[in-house]
Order: sequence, then C-alpha cells, then structure tokens
Amino acid sequence: MMDSPAVVLQARDIARAFPGVQALSGAQLTLRAGEVHALMGQNGAGKSTLIKILTGVCTPDAGSIEMLGKAVTPESPIHAQELGISAVHQESHLLPNLSVAENICAGRYPRRPWTRGGGIDWRETERRAAELLAGLGINLDVTQLAGPLPAALQQLATVARAVATDARVLILDEPTSSLDADEVQALFALIRRLRDKGVAILFVTHFLDQVYEICDRMTILRNGRFVGEYACAKLDAHGLVAAMVGRELAASERVPSTQTATKGDAPPVLAARNISRRGQLKPLDLELKAGEVLGLAGLLGSGRTELARLLFALDDRDTGDIAIDGKPVELDGPADALRLGLGFCPEDRKHSGIVADMTVRENIALALQARMGLTKFLTLAEQRQIATKLVEALGIKAASIETPIGQLSGGNQQKAIIARWLATHPRVLILDEPTRGIDIAAKQELMNEILELARGGTAVLFISSEIDEVVRVSDRILVLRDRARAGELPRGATEDAVYSVIAATHHP
Amino acid sequence: MKRITQHPLFWPVITLALLLVVSALFQPSFLALTWRDGHLYGSVIDILNRAAPLMVVSLGMTLVIAVRGLDISVGAVVAISAAVAALLVGGSFSATGEVQAVHPLWVALASALAVAAACGWWNGLLVVKAGMQPIVATLILMVAGRGIAQLLTGGQIITVYYPPFFTLGNGFFLGLPVALWVAGALWIALHLVLSRTALGLFVRSIGGNPEAARVAGVRSSAITLCVYTFCGLAAGVAGLIVSSNVKSADANNAGQLLELDAILAVTLGGTALTGGRFTLAGTVIGALIIQTLTSMIYSLGVPPEVNLVVKAVLVFTVMMLQSAEFRQLVARLARPDKSLAGNRR
Repeated sequence: MMDSPAVVLQARDIARAFPGVQALSGAQLTLRAGEVHALMGQNGAGKSTLIKILTGVCTPDAGSIEMLGKAVTPESPIHAQELGISAVHQESHLLPNLSVAENICAGRYPRRPWTRGGGIDWRETERRAAELLAGLGINLDVTQLAGPLPAALQQLATVARAVATDARVLILDEPTSSLDADEVQALFALIRRLRDKGVAILFVTHFLDQVYEICDRMTILRNGRFVGEYACAKLDAHGLVAAMVGRELAASERVPSTQTATKGDAPPVLAARNISRRGQLKPLDLELKAGEVLGLAGLLGSGRTELARLLFALDDRDTGDIAIDGKPVELDGPADALRLGLGFCPEDRKHSGIVADMTVRENIALALQARMGLTKFLTLAEQRQIATKLVEALGIKAASIETPIGQLSGGNQQKAIIARWLATHPRVLILDEPTRGIDIAAKQELMNEILELARGGTAVLFISSEIDEVVRVSDRILVLRDRARAGELPRGATEDAVYSVIAATHHP
Repeated sequence: MKRITQHPLFWPVITLALLLVVSALFQPSFLALTWRDGHLYGSVIDILNRAAPLMVVSLGMTLVIAVRGLDISVGAVVAISAAVAALLVGGSFSATGEVQAVHPLWVALASALAVAAACGWWNGLLVVKAGMQPIVATLILMVAGRGIAQLLTGGQIITVYYPPFFTLGNGFFLGLPVALWVAGALWIALHLVLSRTALGLFVRSIGGNPEAARVAGVRSSAITLCVYTFCGLAAGVAGLIVSSNVKSADANNAGQLLELDAILAVTLGGTALTGGRFTLAGTVIGALIIQTLTSMIYSLGVPPEVNLVVKAVLVFTVMMLQSAEFRQLVARLARPDKSLAGNRR
C-alpha cells in the first residue's frame, strides 16, 4: 500500500438540522482508497445523519462533498450509487422471495437481444451473480431463495450487491450487530478483500474490538460535531471512548455488585416450574428472588428470548406453572403479566417496543396506563410529570417529551422503553438485549440503572449476548444451550466459565 | 402562519370552504338562511341534515381505521337496522283512524341498534379471534347483510305509518334538524370518551404498532372488538336516521355504497389509512365535503348519466389538493429556477 493513499471522498463542514435538533455541524470526513475507516460516536452523535447525507437520503444544509476531487451532491440513494457510493445497512435488505442471483442483479438485469425474444436473460443473471460472488470469495449457490439463508450469508450477499455497481465507496452501517463471532470473521474477510481492491470503506459499529481489528483510521463525532480523525494505531480504546464521551469514563471497570441480601426464606417473587413450548423451549425451572439480577446467557437460538416470552405470556406455554410470591397465578397474556407486576423490554425495539408516531411522553405512560385500565386516566399533567422525571433519571436525549419517539436515536428509544416499564414499578423486570445497538456510555448508564433497580428490590432477568455484561451485573447466571438449561453459575463467575458452559466443555 | 398551514385540519377546512364558495358562486341563494315555522331553512342546513347519516357512519369507521382495520359492511348494516326498525314499528290504521305502532317505538329503536351492534361485534370477532383480514372479514357481512335485510323485509319496501318515528330523520329541535343533533351528540360523546379515558391512547398505540401495544400490556383484542362493535352501532344509528327520513325501509338501496363514502370521508379528514393517526373533527369535515359535493352536483343540474363521472372528477381534484406530494410538485413547477434539492424540506 502507498504511504498516503489517494483520497476518494472528502466531506467538508457538513451541517444538517432536524426540527428541534442540530444533528450535524461542521462534520468532516475523508475516505481513502484501500482503507477501512471507522465512524465512531455515541447514539445521537450524528453518524446516521452523515451517512444519510452521503447516500442521498437527505441533503445537507451546508458543506460540500467531493468525490475524486469533483464536487457532488447525492440526491437519492440511486444517484449516490451512480456516483460510486453504496451502502449496506444494519439489517440485510434482500428480497426474501427472490433468488440470490435475482437479488444481486435487481434493477439491472441483463436483457436478451430482441432476436431471441427479448426479456430478461436469467441464465446471464445467474452467471454474473455467480462470477461476482466467486470473485469476492463467497461460496454461495446463487439459485437459492434469499429468504431462508442465515443472516450472515444474506449480509455477505448484500455487500456483494452493493459493490456490484463498481462502488468506490462502501458504507457499512453496523453490519455486524446481528452476526455471531464466526460470521463476523467471514464478513471481515470480505471487507479485507474489497479493501485490497482499492475500495474506500466506511465502517460504523459499536464494537470497539472490531474497530481495532479491521480499521485503519477513524473519525469521531460527538453531539453532531467533529472531534477528530485518528489513525487507529495512535489512539487506544481508552482514548477513543474518552473522545466519544467527552470525558474520562471507567468503561472497563467492574460495576459494583449488588449487595442486597436476598431474604433467605422469602419465597421467590417469580417461580416457573417445568415451563416449555414445543420447538422453542424444553421444560425448565426458574426462580427469581427480590433484589436479584439473574443473567441469562447463551448463543443466539439457545432459547433465551423464547424463555422471556413465555414468562411474560407473550407466547402460550405448553406445560408448566408460574407462581408469584409462592402463589400459583393465572398468566395467559401480557395484560395478565402486567397486572401481576412483570415488565418486559423486548429485543426488537422497532417491531415490538416503540410506537413511533406517539410522543416520548405517551410511549412512557403506555404500560402504566394499560395497567391502570381504561377509566382511571392519567391526566396530561401526571403523564408529563412521570415522563419528565424518567427522562431526567435515565438521561434520555430528546428535543422535548412531546417529540415523536421515532425521531430519537436508537439508544434513547431503548431507554424510553425501559422508562415505560420503570413507570409501572415492576416487581420483576425482564430485559431482553437492552444494550443492543446502544453506545458504550449509554450501556454503562443502563447497567448502573439495572443494579439500582435491583437494589430497590426489583427482580431483574437480564438477557444479553455480551457475556462480559452478563458477568458484570448478575448475581447468578443461567446458561441455556439448545433450548434447555445448560448450567448455572454463581456471582463472580468469569467470562471463560460462562463460555465453557455454553460450549459444553464442562458440566457443573 | 406556518403553524396554521401545518395544522392537520388545514387542508380539509380549506377544501370545504372552497366547495362552499364555488356553490355560492353558482347559486347565489346558497348561503341564505331563513327562519320559518321555528326552523332554520337553507341549502347549508340541508347539507348538514343530509350529511348526518354519513357523519355517524364515518365516526365509527374512523376508529376502526385507527386500529388498522376497515369495515366495508356498514352499508349493509344500515339496511339491516332500517329493516328491523321499520318491521317492529310498522304501523297500521286503527278503526278510529289513529296510527298505532306494532311495538313501542323504544323497543323498535333499541332492537335495531342491538342488531347493528351485534353485526359489528361479529365483524370484530372475525378479525380479532379468527385473524381474518378486515376487508375480507367485513366483506362477508357486506354481502350477507343485504341478504339478511332482504329476508327481513321479504324483498318489499316496508313503509312506516307511525308518525313519531319520523322525528329522527325529519324533525327539528331548537331550529336545527334532529339528525344533526344526533350526529353532533355522538361526535361529542366519542370525543369525550377518547380524551377523558385512556381509550384514545390505546387506540393510537394499537394502530401505531399493534405488537408493541400488546407487549406493553394493552388489551388490544378487547379494544379492537369494542371498536368494531361501536362501528356497527354507529351504522345502526345511521340506519334509523335514513329509514326515518324516507319513512320506509328499502333493503336494496338503504345505505348503498355508504361504506365507500365513509372511507372517503375518513381519508379526506386526514386520518391515516395505515392506522394510528386519526381525527374525529377531520372525519366530520370529510363527511361534509362529500355531502356538499353531492348537493353541488344536483344544484348545478348535472344530468344523472354523467353524475358519477362528475363526482369522480371532483373527488380526484379534492384528493390532489390534499396530497402533500402533489402540492410540492405544483410548488416546484411554479418555481423552476430553484434547484430540486432546494425545494425539499
């Protein structure tokens, strides 16, 4: 590689405001050929806005973009692609009912000459797609339907589609957030191959270790402002976090464990016996005591979410009984669960968490109001008071509590959903991947919040794919494997101990 | 100024005002109101009176649409309600020449409303419990309902002779048509229920994101069922107004195509067909727009054979006027010097 590789894309002094928020001001970004460049920042730092501007989803209020020295203004995602800027977003956007080849060539299908009847040349479509994938070292049958493919292969095919248009700049927006470790490596292999072909790659992620594994340089944004551009070798993780947060943060330090003695003889707040659901969870017992954080660890598909959904009665269980305070209860739907003092923050925020059109205040008040019923109506003043208090307590960043929640950044949406449940003062709070997709400072605040809750006597079931988080907050750790209990570890267990239970190398 | 133009009711109100102005231009006496026999008379009162059944049906439809549903059986339910009421009131001349009701009036009205509410409840069951697509679920009653109404009336037009029954569709109270009072009372009652209880919040959460509402503990099924039942009830009220107005029940024609006018009224008012966002006031304005249009066509003397085409053109124009995209396009064409990007928000 050359010492100072050629600049492909240069964005200068980009500014953009949305109603109530200055999302970006004075942002700078320089992407060079054959380099992987990380775009770092907390939730709401302006990363998404900058990407939207580069890909023509929205236009900047001020600033200039140069592509290979020529000023450009991407006006739509298609226009951006024509300029050589392609993007891959968090979730793969393949059409599930089309084959891989059809997906890859979508929008530019090869045509048969009219002498052969015209129309789309499907054989050529498949040949081109197969050639493209082979050239990128992806081993995939292009005639398969895209829908049933694992997330990781879909992600690889999406990247392939993005570069099929001879992209000079490839933007990867949190491409690894739903991939496991092996799948991440497969994606990284592809990224390296593209990098070596001279593509300038912009990589956005919340995983710091991935930044240091694959990136050459990084640009840091904070509160919509440009903090700086650094070579990855020159800025360590500590410095990076400090630059993102704007202050020193003891991110890697161990959170003090809850010391609340779980009252010895009191019956568990929540006890589930022999609960199961066909194809989702094998019969399993579980107890949760007041003031306890029970961590739930396991790989994707190990039955973590399924267990949470059974406990909150979102799915019907085939077998098993649930007792609250030692008394058997009827638990046949989320409304029952809510009445009994349970709370549940779902994994999929967009699909089953937020009501995007409603305001932050209404989203926070929703569960409490559902619990109080139709007629005992929280007045506007009461709703405002509750929402304001929780917005402050959790540090939710929003223009106002009357802003539609859909306009908040992901991490702030997540906090607002947690606030929704805190408002109901739950006795048991189930958190399914509450830290997914939120930045490191917010994660830290969230973990402290969880411990604070437990100190107040709430029983917390904490589900996370990040084993280090589970280890840090949990009083006990329940490990699931293949939809069944694999083992249980006490407080203070190391990450390695958890991994070995997950990997079944040892049976406690 | 910007706050006024961005109000969700701005374009519906402008549309209605425009239609009224156009009507007044073609027919100078249009806006005139006169006081006769203790009643207000005039074209505007006439429109309000005739719009009442549509308003009532559309209010019910608004809630159904707000929870991501649709009810295309309301026209048929209007016919059923009218048939039940007419059959039960009936009316025959006694020997003295006085008209007697077959059953007491209140029994007839209550039965008609109960049957209508049951129709709505049935629709709700199909949607909530059987998981049918709303348009398919209500299509069943749309087809079967008219059949039921015909069965009830024996395929005849049932004429009512009992005068007290006519009040609803023809009477006046404090100078204004009774039907208008009924529609207004329903609107106000509905508004109060939605704003003074949590129902409004729940309805919007179910329409905005049904899965999230369920996870938050909102009893979505029960509320959706209630909303469909209310929609049926509202159609029942409209059926009473219609049959009282024409003093008979015509199973073939009562409420014919009313479901489409109701959906149109809800849309014109600014309620999102995708659910979540709804406005009762908008719906009332939407119903008035449609009735004003209809009256305008009659008063312009449009020949009956081109009536529907003219209405379609007018509806198309009104919809374009209300489309933000279309207005932007017009604004862009009007200012060709500005760049494309500059006109985007």
